[in-house]
Amino acid sequence: MRPGFFLKEAFRALRRNAAPSLAAMLTVLLTALVLGVFIPVVQATTGTANKVRSRVVVNIYLADNITQPQLTALRNRLNTTANVKTVNYISKQQALNELQAQRKGTSEAIQLLGSNPLPATYRVVPKDPGQVQGIVDSLVKVDPTSGKKTFAMPGIGDVRNREQDTNKILSATSLVKTLTASLAALLVLASIALIANTIRLSIFARRREVEVMKLVGATNWFIRWPFVIEGVVVGFMGGVLAILLLWIIKDTLVDPLSDRFALIAAPNTIQFPALIAVLLASCVAVSALGSGLTLRRFLRV
Amino acid sequence: MPVPARLVDRPRPRQGRNVPVVEFDDVTKVYDGGSVGLERVSMRIGRGDFVFLVGPTGCGKSTCMRLLMKEIEPSEGRISIAGRVIGDVPRKRVPYLRRNIGVVFQDYKLLPNRTVYANVAYALEVIGEPRESIRRKVPDILRLVGLSTKLHAYPDELSGGEQQRVSIARAFVNHPPLLLCDEPTGNLDPETSIGIMQLIYRINRTGTTVLVATHDREMVDKMRRRVIELAEGRIIRDQVSGLYRPDESTKEFAIRLRGELGIGDEGNPN
Repeated sequence: MRPGFFLKEAFRALRRNAAPSLAAMLTVLLTALVLGVFIPVVQATTGTANKVRSRVVVNIYLADNITQPQLTALRNRLNTTANVKTVNYISKQQALNELQAQRKGTSEAIQLLGSNPLPATYRVVPKDPGQVQGIVDSLVKVDPTSGKKTFAMPGIGDVRNREQDTNKILSATSLVKTLTASLAALLVLASIALIANTIRLSIFARRREVEVMKLVGATNWFIRWPFVIEGVVVGFMGGVLAILLLWIIKDTLVDPLSDRFALIAAPNTIQFPALIAVLLASCVAVSALGSGLTLRRFLRV
Repeated sequence: MPVPARLVDRPRPRQGRNVPVVEFDDVTKVYDGGSVGLERVSMRIGRGDFVFLVGPTGCGKSTCMRLLMKEIEPSEGRISIAGRVIGDVPRKRVPYLRRNIGVVFQDYKLLPNRTVYANVAYALEVIGEPRESIRRKVPDILRLVGLSTKLHAYPDELSGGEQQRVSIARAFVNHPPLLLCDEPTGNLDPETSIGIMQLIYRINRTGTTVLVATHDREMVDKMRRRVIELAEGRIIRDQVSGLYRPDESTKEFAIRLRGELGIGDEGNPN
């Protein structure tokens, strides 16, 4: 009806109600800051963990004395095993070449050794990296007391995977996720409570106006709008300040470092404009919720 | 008695003449705590009437006012304003009901951080009145109440009487058909009170129905209008031209004063 009137009233109230508004704004700022830092961090760590997981393979090292029929039988068995995506044969020479490509200066050591120590390998890529242990279990029986391995087929030297490593990353990530989520939830609650309190104080400070408005027949929403706007303005300002801070941090700290640390430069994190939009939207939503709750309780018209 | 020209000039809907502006039909109000505000009160107040509601504190005067504002609901009975049963008005429409009722209080209820002009304009702003109509109406009404020189003063710079005039201006700026005054002279000295009563009377003469709750005995006696007396929530007297107390023996005194103050019979449309 009268956006100008509502804005004027809201800002008049903000000026008069500066201290609680500031407190509420700071809480919103903190919430947005925590979210703004942890959303990319969680995404980056999850992204890295997933990348490692996608490299999860089971290496079946073959005995040097394996015969051709044994080799074929093993390959057939692997191809029919559940959860197997691909099976690659890597000969002793290929394994040596791989090693030499990865680490310069090993060729001399190999020459000194006189023969190629690396075993031929079947490299199995699982369909679901989380279930990789199933493939390992189908090939190896480990005696729980002695730790001695019994292989399902002759000609297998050893069976290993990198599951242990990824599990560590993933459990760390999920811990970070849980902590962040609960911290964010607490901060969101605190923001809602503080905004609600600000609006309550504002209603109290403006109770004469409210009384007069009711008296002369202002409609309910005409009375409520200035308070809703006041709350949303507080949330919005907190959000904008948080985004400014985040931008400064990103510009001065993160961007220069990202050249050196792959984790920071993780490509699949949220883009900054999208992050801004998410943060502002949540700040405004939180503050609108806070104002709305108080208005329901304290401004029965 | 000759009818003033002003009242003849103003056309009114025919059918509306017989419908009472305020009608209480066997109204009982029992508060949640069990205390009785009103008990089986029935009264009719016609269009253009000037009615005093008198009685000691706690007799139900304010309950009547709050019922009319639909701030509270009657426990039993029906209240109608201009033929409309206000119990049937849905909550959402209550603001529109209140736009047809002007209210004046003992404590003025002015906004201290706004000027006289802004106080009156505020009442129009919050019901969504267009800007240019506010600019037209507010100086008009402030001239009517005699405050055209104090438009930009703040309430605390005004005397009590002047503040009450502002509050009357605010109540009447929309020319509501019904004006409720709850102890309008309760905080004022007798001299100032007379000025306020004259103003309210003038508003009444424009055709507005006026209901004044008061225990200002002098005022009631001087004005000699219809008096409804309440005691413990019941109507104990409804007199067309009454005194604050029926057994008052200061009739001559009152008549003399009325002559002095010019609130005499000569301008009385009834």
